[in-house]
Amino acid sequence: MEFIQTLLANELVVSILLSLLPLVFIIVYALVVLYTEMKVAAHIQDRVAYMRTGWHGLLQPIADMLKLLQKEDIIPDKADKLLFRLAPIIAFVGTYAAYAVLPFSSIYIGSNINLGAFFLVAVGSLVVVGILMAGWASNNKWSLFGGVRSAAQMISYEIPTAIAIIIVVMITGSLNLQDVTKFQDGGIGNWVVFGGPLPWSQKLMLMPFTIITFFILFVSSVAEVNRTPFDLPEAESELVQGFNTEYSGMRFAMFYLSEYANLFTVSAVGVALFLGGWSSPFGTFMSGPVWGIFWFVAKAYIFVLIQIWVRWTLPRLRVDQLMYVSWKVLIPWLFVCLLSVGLILVL
Amino acid sequence: MSAVGIYFYNIFHSLYTVVVGMKITINHLFTRSSTVQYPTVKMNIPERARNRLYVNIDDCIGCDQCSMACPVDCITIDTIKSTPDVDLGLTSKNTKKRLYVPRFDIDIAKCCYCGLCVWPCPTDCIVMTDVYEFSEFDRKNLIYSFSNMTVEEITTAEERLKKYDEEQAAKKAAIAAAAAEKAAAPMIPLPPKPESPAS
Repeated sequence: MEFIQTLLANELVVSILLSLLPLVFIIVYALVVLYTEMKVAAHIQDRVAYMRTGWHGLLQPIADMLKLLQKEDIIPDKADKLLFRLAPIIAFVGTYAAYAVLPFSSIYIGSNINLGAFFLVAVGSLVVVGILMAGWASNNKWSLFGGVRSAAQMISYEIPTAIAIIIVVMITGSLNLQDVTKFQDGGIGNWVVFGGPLPWSQKLMLMPFTIITFFILFVSSVAEVNRTPFDLPEAESELVQGFNTEYSGMRFAMFYLSEYANLFTVSAVGVALFLGGWSSPFGTFMSGPVWGIFWFVAKAYIFVLIQIWVRWTLPRLRVDQLMYVSWKVLIPWLFVCLLSVGLILVL
Repeated sequence: MSAVGIYFYNIFHSLYTVVVGMKITINHLFTRSSTVQYPTVKMNIPERARNRLYVNIDDCIGCDQCSMACPVDCITIDTIKSTPDVDLGLTSKNTKKRLYVPRFDIDIAKCCYCGLCVWPCPTDCIVMTDVYEFSEFDRKNLIYSFSNMTVEEITTAEERLKKYDEEQAAKKAAIAAAAAEKAAAPMIPLPPKPESPAS
């Protein structure tokens, strides 16, 4: 970050450039993950996806993006015009703001604030606001239901996410995601999911709890971004109804893009907190600032693949089952983990 | 089972089913897909498939059975009677053909591929083939005309028929006139009856 500053010697331009870097990443990554999802989904269902646009369909994501860009922008007559226009922007802003605190590498983090993890949970709520606005402003009964259910779901799944983050903070001692990652530097044994860089006796006692916490964090953050099997708000008829119904063209593209960006955010948060972020699992072999980006993206991408895999395996949860899972299963187990981890660390 | 027991059972049972499901899915990820890349590779269709109709017009005797059997009225047939001095030939079943068929149109867009027209045909000239790739850009190209009579042949046949009809009508008129004359001619008085032998 510093050498670019000396290169251009103008802080404003540098800040703008660095803050746009994740946007470039999101756009490139969205094309890759669109293609991956379509091909993995197809092969899981014993079929092949697009074979004609480009070799084996490689140009299909570009075709999809072009299609969305040139679609007619329809706003329903009785819709609340201001909220309707604002909703996709707010949803995407909430998603993008989370990229500011993701530690892509040891030399690059969008904004090195001391409250990284707390900031993540906070901007997650912005997405809830965006979706509620979309559901209300569409002037459509089913959109309203979709939006309200989505709000209920996201709020109730933020609690397990926050508690899981607290557990990590207890072990690592800092909310700053860059510090958390540096704490886990040095090889696979130092990862928080295996207990962190602590003496062996403590690690053995901590390991079951951190593994459960990692699993619960993954599940609850997948639920927070409305991804199958928790995608009731947007899939009451598979993305046609729900809060997305009245959106077309570029506005729909914003929601779509923010859904795929969220996939990566969720995986990236899990990876940064539990699996050592940009540090290489081999210790010093294949480590360094540039390798850091590779490890971070690769680890997060594996979890994106797992999310796609789960999407095509499980049926959707009913809304009462959603609430049951969050309040009666995830939160009690997390409290048990919280108390145990606290006890073990104190002793 | 107590409520706590049910709670724990539910959790572990659902986790187990998730894992089983994911194992099945990952196996499917690595199996060969069963998609047939259609235009380059075509699937085999059965031998007796009912697809596009074909009419062997040389065998058609113009009986109109197929047109009457069709449930969507997609076959249109016009016929002209042939005169006794013309030999139209024999069908494949060695019966004599007596009708010209100047028009045999099948609107293949309407055809519902039921096959009901195939069975009544006395000479088996209308059959269902296995051709299924016959889309056209213009709907008019989907009206198939099977007749092969030229316009001159049609006019010739019609005129011949008209002439024959007139001849027949004239002959009939002549016979009727002769009969009428016979009826209207004065009767030759019969000779008086011979007296009875008693006179």
